[in-house]
Amino acid sequence: MMNLLRLLGGRTASAPVARERLQILLAHERGLRGQPDLLGLLRAEILAVVSRHVVLDPEKVIVRMDRGKNVSTLEVDIEVPNGFERSIATAAS
Amino acid sequence: MAKVLVVTSGKGGVGKTTSTAALGAALAQMGEKVVVIDFDVGLRNLDLVMGAERRVVFDLINVVQGVAKLSQALIRDKRLDNLWLLPASQTRDKDALTDEGVASVIEDLRTRFDWILCDSPAGIERGATLAMRYADEAVIVTNPEVSSVRDSDRIIGMLDSKTVRAERGERVEKHVLITRYDSARATRGEMLSIEDILEILATPLLGIIPESQDVLRASNVGSPVTLNNGTSAPARAYIDAARRLLGETVTMTVPVERKGLMNRLLGRRAA
Repeated sequence: MMNLLRLLGGRTASAPVARERLQILLAHERGLRGQPDLLGLLRAEILAVVSRHVVLDPEKVIVRMDRGKNVSTLEVDIEVPNGFERSIATAAS
Repeated sequence: MAKVLVVTSGKGGVGKTTSTAALGAALAQMGEKVVVIDFDVGLRNLDLVMGAERRVVFDLINVVQGVAKLSQALIRDKRLDNLWLLPASQTRDKDALTDEGVASVIEDLRTRFDWILCDSPAGIERGATLAMRYADEAVIVTNPEVSSVRDSDRIIGMLDSKTVRAERGERVEKHVLITRYDSARATRGEMLSIEDILEILATPLLGIIPESQDVLRASNVGSPVTLNNGTSAPARAYIDAARRLLGETVTMTVPVERKGLMNRLLGRRAA
């Protein structure tokens, strides 16, 4: 029976599935392509600005992008040495 | 003005070497002076497909390292006077290929030839990036199959960013060459259609090479398919593609096999 259905054209075409999967995948991958560079650039510039005022360990600057369905978040995590609060206090006085 | 054309794909086994040999021979048959270069260091095969495997003495790396002169490494085709091969090294480390070395070889070849066809290795590593580095034009060989199309898209991105032309703000002229196409299966919706592939890759079409036994037959005997049987369906498709590279306007068709009487009597299955 199955074979008969197939003979009558019952087999569904798989090419449209291939096409749709590719379109979704490539839209995503093309978006990611520029991504590492953007984050690297952001990280370098943030590090440069903050370093002008605070002595930082460059390894302790983390920039991360989380892609959500509706909103994406950019997370910047900078670890500052302990003397930092004192220098702010000095600046304020 | 010499043109450097890279034949690339990302994915392996889609027909880069077959296409380089066929397009190179077709251009030479039209009177152009052509050199085909094998960039697949360690896994050379263009020499075998061209039927010159027993004539390799020096290779691309020997020239890059200054061990041999370019004229010593170039192998002239036995069938066509104006077709030459620069083979890859079979044994050496692929890191022996340097950017500066490749630049100077290409520069030298530009003064001697009309067309320089670079047969890229599969992948996106050094060999593939060097093969495309100095290209003016690119042929992206693609099979109507998801993984091949995905890799082609990746390679197109690299052609737009990692080539000398891209870095200068110029464009590498890109063309998609679809190989192993079975129009009967595409019509039945079992295979991505030409329109699907072109829409996804957003790159103009150079030609459609039908799936054919003639391709294997030609490589078995070490002859580019356009030389082995110039009237076969794939040969006609490659010749049309070569004419388009020369700037001619050729109507896009999928050449079909000319069937013998027996095959016709037994039914016309293949398109």
